[in-house]
Amino acid sequence: MSTTTYGWLVLAFPLLGTLLIALGYRRLEALPPRAAGWIGTGAIFLAFLAAVGALISLQGHSPEHRQLVSSLWNYAYTVGINAQFSILVDPLSVFMILVVTGVSTLIHLYSISYMDEDAGFKRFFSYLNFFVFSMLLLVLAGNFVLLIVGWAFVGAASYLLISFWYRRSTATRAGIKAFVINVVGDAGLVLGTYFIFKHTGTLDFLGAFHAAEAGAFGHGTNNGDLVAGCVLLLVGAFAKSAQIPLHTWLPDAMEGPTPVSALIHAATMVTAGVYLIARMHPLFELAPAAQDVGAVIGAATLLIAGTIAVTQTDIKRVIAYSTMSQIGYMIMGVSVGAYAAGLFHLMTHAFFKALLFMAAGSVIGAMAGEQSLEKMGGFRKAMPFTYGCFIIGGLALSGIPPFSGFFSKDEILLVTGERGGWHWALYAIGYIGAFLTAIYTFRMIFRAFHGEPVAEARELEGGHLHHAEVPTNPATGEVEDTDVGFPGPVHAIAERAPPMYVAMTVLAVGATGIGLLQIPKVDFVIDDFLRPTFATSKLYEPHTKTGLLWAGLALGTVLGLAGIAIAYRVWVARPGTSARLQARLHPLYELFVNKWYFDEAIAFLIVRPAAAAGRFANDTFERLFVDETLVGGTSGLVRAGSAAVRAAQSGFVRYYAALLVLGVTGVGLYFLLQS
Amino acid sequence: MSIAWYLAVSAIVFCVGAVGVITRRNPLVVLLCLELMLNGGNLALIAFSRMWGNGDGQILALVVMTVAACEVCIGLGMIVAIYRRHLPIDVDELRELQG
Amino acid sequence: MSSVLFFIAAIGVISGAIGVVMLRDPFYCVLALVAHLLSLAVLFLLLRSEFVAAAQVIVYAGAVMVLYVFVVAYVGGESGSLSDRLRGPGPVASGLRLGGAILGGALLVELLIALLGTGLEAINGKGAGYSGGPHAFGTPAYIGKLLLTRFLLAFEMASFLLLIAAVGAVVLARRRGGLGEEDAADRLTPLDLLRPQGTGTMAEGVGRRP
Repeated sequence: MSTTTYGWLVLAFPLLGTLLIALGYRRLEALPPRAAGWIGTGAIFLAFLAAVGALISLQGHSPEHRQLVSSLWNYAYTVGINAQFSILVDPLSVFMILVVTGVSTLIHLYSISYMDEDAGFKRFFSYLNFFVFSMLLLVLAGNFVLLIVGWAFVGAASYLLISFWYRRSTATRAGIKAFVINVVGDAGLVLGTYFIFKHTGTLDFLGAFHAAEAGAFGHGTNNGDLVAGCVLLLVGAFAKSAQIPLHTWLPDAMEGPTPVSALIHAATMVTAGVYLIARMHPLFELAPAAQDVGAVIGAATLLIAGTIAVTQTDIKRVIAYSTMSQIGYMIMGVSVGAYAAGLFHLMTHAFFKALLFMAAGSVIGAMAGEQSLEKMGGFRKAMPFTYGCFIIGGLALSGIPPFSGFFSKDEILLVTGERGGWHWALYAIGYIGAFLTAIYTFRMIFRAFHGEPVAEARELEGGHLHHAEVPTNPATGEVEDTDVGFPGPVHAIAERAPPMYVAMTVLAVGATGIGLLQIPKVDFVIDDFLRPTFATSKLYEPHTKTGLLWAGLALGTVLGLAGIAIAYRVWVARPGTSARLQARLHPLYELFVNKWYFDEAIAFLIVRPAAAAGRFANDTFERLFVDETLVGGTSGLVRAGSAAVRAAQSGFVRYYAALLVLGVTGVGLYFLLQS
Repeated sequence: MSIAWYLAVSAIVFCVGAVGVITRRNPLVVLLCLELMLNGGNLALIAFSRMWGNGDGQILALVVMTVAACEVCIGLGMIVAIYRRHLPIDVDELRELQG
Repeated sequence: MSSVLFFIAAIGVISGAIGVVMLRDPFYCVLALVAHLLSLAVLFLLLRSEFVAAAQVIVYAGAVMVLYVFVVAYVGGESGSLSDRLRGPGPVASGLRLGGAILGGALLVELLIALLGTGLEAINGKGAGYSGGPHAFGTPAYIGKLLLTRFLLAFEMASFLLLIAAVGAVVLARRRGGLGEEDAADRLTPLDLLRPQGTGTMAEGVGRRP
């Protein structure tokens, strides 16, 4: 089978899965209750196998011929626009589909236990399959049109999954917030496409890149339209990848079930922005101004998110801000030209972040739905496996060798440093961020697993999983009815549910071992694999300064260990330290805990004027102008006119006779005057 | 007298009849005034017939007379019917067809 | 001689017309109209239309006006003269009082201008020449010949129309059942004959039905 056929199969299997589960809903009632879950998992697993097949088949081509396009039909063929339904199978897309399908299979597996006995089990799997299909479409798209289609679908799937428990007011609000911010990104993406299309004249990726390199945007760099287009593309990337200032949706998106957070908000959807910049690298390299914007925003995000994560108390939100921070690394990486490093970090991050989320889901299960760190403690003895997974994920996240995060993160920073000039500031920010990462990650671990065991932990040690008497929304405390679509009564923990156990084990192994793919100076598997995609890039072959490499690796390790040590001291060894620090650094603490007031700023600058405009439009314009003047005026005119005419129909015969005579007189007068 | 005099008389009769139709309230009298107008027209017809010297006007005048008779018949029949129903015999009161 | 006759007839015509419009009692109006019609017949005669004049007297003044007299006798009429009625309450009265007169005046002026101001010079003459004889202009023979040859269709249609009108009038004025007519109440029953007048309840004494 040819490579592109594998590509189409990769798209087909999740789509089939979605349709089968969604439309075969009634049939599935007859099957055992978890069948929908197995069907969904099976579909994604088949897609993974097809992706592996695509990989093997792609490597069978010579490096110059590894960018294959296959088109199914003419999507739109009108004046000036020729949009095909075509996919582009090249090393970058194969890389992405492997990551996406691989991690998705494991998350599907995990969800079979996690969402067990939830009222919306089948709906969940059909949505999840739809999401994977959309993400694969985005990644495999061969032209801007399909990219935008996939982009929009992914946003829709994210909305569906965030507000999955749709009877929770907090969940629906979060879903809407995510969707609205995503739409802002979509608008940026489409406008960016326009600017690029204006000069290149084609919507096809390869065609556009060739046209750009051949001089469609002039022969210098930083052509106005190109910079505008790339910055707008960046707006799209920032919205999807939750970078400043379009990041406010990601913490709220934790309202969705934990597998959703693991899949969408750690491993796949938020990486779409990184993919976009990597894919558009020929255009970005011709517009260094846009690259600089990306790098700065990435760096700013990683720092700000890190500071916020140190103060958050909801376990999932800590991990969410950590995701935001790591994506900041990736965006910074691909913006300064560290494509292979950034994508490698994407892959390792997918593994350990999904692992962290899964483990967090396990802890939340033990806590019967409670997510606040303040109510957790001492689960070390009761949940050893989960603890182990957290440790592995945490070490990988903090960049401690030999775990995978170490290799990927440091490579990004190395390339940043090598760029020189003002990039040293980004280099410094990167290491500060790494330090903060270690602190907040292990803060979370120590608070949840060390210290005095809380009541739920003691129950679990005794062998009994705690269940809440009355299910409540952990955020607002309102009571929920699990029969109509709130999270179900069954809470699963990894130690007791084999699917969760298996999935987390695989991810833990991956988080540990994947780093071996790209050990500096030793092997360059990722570099070599991705080279055909970046063949024309001027920034692809850096890392020549060996000294900087070793210095960076050492610094990274030291900072990581220092962070762990500080976290240990503050939260384990000297328990009152955290409260004292809070008191001493109170303004800073307030700033961080309120998420740098971004939500309030957006509400003030955008939401309130928009709401005021809406109110004005409704009350004043709609009411006065449309209702009273246009509609009322028209009908009033008609009514007045007809009332005037009605007066003539008085019913008095004499009146009519008088009118007749008047008419005759008038006619006679007319004829008299004529002659 | 020249024909013009007859025409003048005819015009006067016609207009007096018109004023009567507009002004009177008793439907019987309204019908009578209508007859006046018809007679005015008849007079004009006969005058012209004399002017031209052929009988067309006279025939038409006879037909007009016939039509007037029919119309009086029907009109009076209606007034009798109205009277039988105890409705007021007053054109101002009989105005159900109004809008 | 004919001028004098003309003026007498003309005065009769016009005063009859004015009488119809202005007299109070409808019966007097009918009589005024009869006078008007007779004067008009004289005018017709002056115009050499003997048959039409005769028809006018016999048909119009004779039959139609008699019918009118009967109906006026049956229906009666509201009392009050023209001016009374015009002054009375009535939603349209005051408006039409002045308006009617003005309209009539305007129409009169117009018609006079139209009729007398034309370029038709023949109206200044006395009409086309007249030669006497049994079939002369205006004789019954003359009219009859015209009716039965040139104007046969009109003649037949007119007779048809008369038939329809007669039938229609009968249908319109016929007694219909179920609406509480007076006649049923006025009919005397044998019991009423036995009872002397003035006895019974007060209502019966006044004349109303029990």
